Amino acid sequence: MGNVIAIAQKELKSYFSSPIAYIVIGLWALLYGYFFVAILSFFVRQSMQMSQFGMQGPQAMNVNQQLIRPLLQNVTILILFLMPMVTMRTYSEEKRSGTIELLLTAPVTDFQIIMGKFLGAMFLYAIMLAVTAIHIGLLFVYGQPEWKPIVTAYLGLLLLGGCFIALGLLISSLTSNQIVAGMVTFAVFLLLWVITWIGSFSGPTVDKLTTYLSIIDHWDDFGKGVIDTTHVIYYLSFITFGLFLTAKSVDSERWRG
Amino acid sequence: MIEVQHLTKRYGRVTAVDDVTFRVERGEILGFLGPNGAGKTTTMRILTGYMPATEGKAIVAGFDVFDQPIEAKRRTGYLPETPPLYPDMSVVEYLTFVSKIKGVPSAERRQRVQQVMQKTRVDDMANRLCSKLSKGYRQRVGLAQALIHNPDVLILDEPTAGLDPKQIIETRQLIKELAGDHTIILSTHILPEVSQTCQRVVIINKGRVVAVDTPANLTSRLRGSETMYVQVDANGADAGGSLGRIPGVTRVVESDRKDGVVGYEVESEHGHDVRRDLARAVVSSGWGLLELRPMRMSLEEIFLSLTTEDLASAPPPSAPESDADRAQPVGDAVNG
Repeated sequence: MGNVIAIAQKELKSYFSSPIAYIVIGLWALLYGYFFVAILSFFVRQSMQMSQFGMQGPQAMNVNQQLIRPLLQNVTILILFLMPMVTMRTYSEEKRSGTIELLLTAPVTDFQIIMGKFLGAMFLYAIMLAVTAIHIGLLFVYGQPEWKPIVTAYLGLLLLGGCFIALGLLISSLTSNQIVAGMVTFAVFLLLWVITWIGSFSGPTVDKLTTYLSIIDHWDDFGKGVIDTTHVIYYLSFITFGLFLTAKSVDSERWRG
Repeated sequence: MIEVQHLTKRYGRVTAVDDVTFRVERGEILGFLGPNGAGKTTTMRILTGYMPATEGKAIVAGFDVFDQPIEAKRRTGYLPETPPLYPDMSVVEYLTFVSKIKGVPSAERRQRVQQVMQKTRVDDMANRLCSKLSKGYRQRVGLAQALIHNPDVLILDEPTAGLDPKQIIETRQLIKELAGDHTIILSTHILPEVSQTCQRVVIINKGRVVAVDTPANLTSRLRGSETMYVQVDANGADAGGSLGRIPGVTRVVESDRKDGVVGYEVESEHGHDVRRDLARAVVSSGWGLLELRPMRMSLEEIFLSLTTEDLASAPPPSAPESDADRAQPVGDAVNG
């Protein structure tokens, strides 16, 4: 466990001593802030219209349903765009600079290295999510949103991000070129998002399959405040499988030399 | 301490290391010598557990590197060809991180980091980022990293590459000091390094071990007959002829000539010291004796003769290899 923490700390430190963490968090804050403003103004205008039509006033609209949920839904797409920047260097940079030789000849297991890298990236991601929590906090000052669906939504976001990170690690472990890793990761993430689009007109089996594969669709229930074990298990097994394949990829690299 | 048995590594159809067997005793420095691409790095990577062997066995500090990699790695320090530094960490941060993953107890970490920094003379750069270090410092931080957990076995892949002459001497001195407590394998293609630092040499070529011996034994083993180099100012007289008549001299070859000064290679029977007779013959003829020295086969020549053995042992096309091949090193010796 000590080794995992040491490697996770090192990963996190290297995010913050390079521009990556600042760029990712900065872009994240900017885009998220924009979404927040856009959805908030839409929400405010709609609630004003509703009150003009003689309904019971602004409070009648549900903050959770009509503001927080669509907002966090957009966050899932934001993750898709920004996460490749976080994961692309994890393995490829170590391979290119030769520092992978240090890790692979140190008395640590491949699993500890992978877990360290995964947790390091997860921690950066958690910091990103913490930025979004500031805006949500503001809503508590001016309105009365329910906190439970927010908690489940964030749990879902953490799991969702974990899937992206596990997949990103895998792709990064396959190449020593960061740019290649980043682009492939982005393409795969995007594909996993739009995969449902063909489902609706390709028959019920394909529809089911694509919905199942779409990482983002599994988040919907979390957004509604529901913790469905199906989705929890889906995410956890996705993460496990991704990390497992990463371990295999690192191991096969040894054999191929 | 290190035992390598029939180690073979194949990459697809290419055999990088072919049936390599050797052992290193505790406290010994073993030089691993070979041209580029001979399989030195591959062998070292197998020993450090970076990659598995296709066949064979490697035991480091009593643990099989394949069956018990963690135990073996705990006792091994490795300096790869390019020091594995993280550019965005300072030297202290880097060494602290390495000490963590190498299992140095947290109470001793700070002290160990200070110790290895002093030992490798990088303490004046302690807070400098690794990316801002010069090549010499990078190499030494790499060495510090290998030493941090006080391993029994040190495996150094070209530890003096890229250092300036002063640093090379310092590094060699450091490596010598480390022997005794540590068992060391170092690879190099710089031959003097081997004769200066190592107790034993493994010469490897195209993945195969071609010789294992002490530098001194290798030198004497390959020296068939004694050869002297004599430079004479004979005013145009045929000094070679009179030198050839000295008892015990088997062959005299003229190797260079400039302004009436002629250099000869004088071969004599093994165990027959003809230096006195040579000097007497020259002086009594009234010539000037400018130089008289034994020509030992340097490690360079041994190395060349061993690593090009395949070519030499094949039947020579026409010219006998003796003269053409032998004249070359002499020319070098004179120029140098």
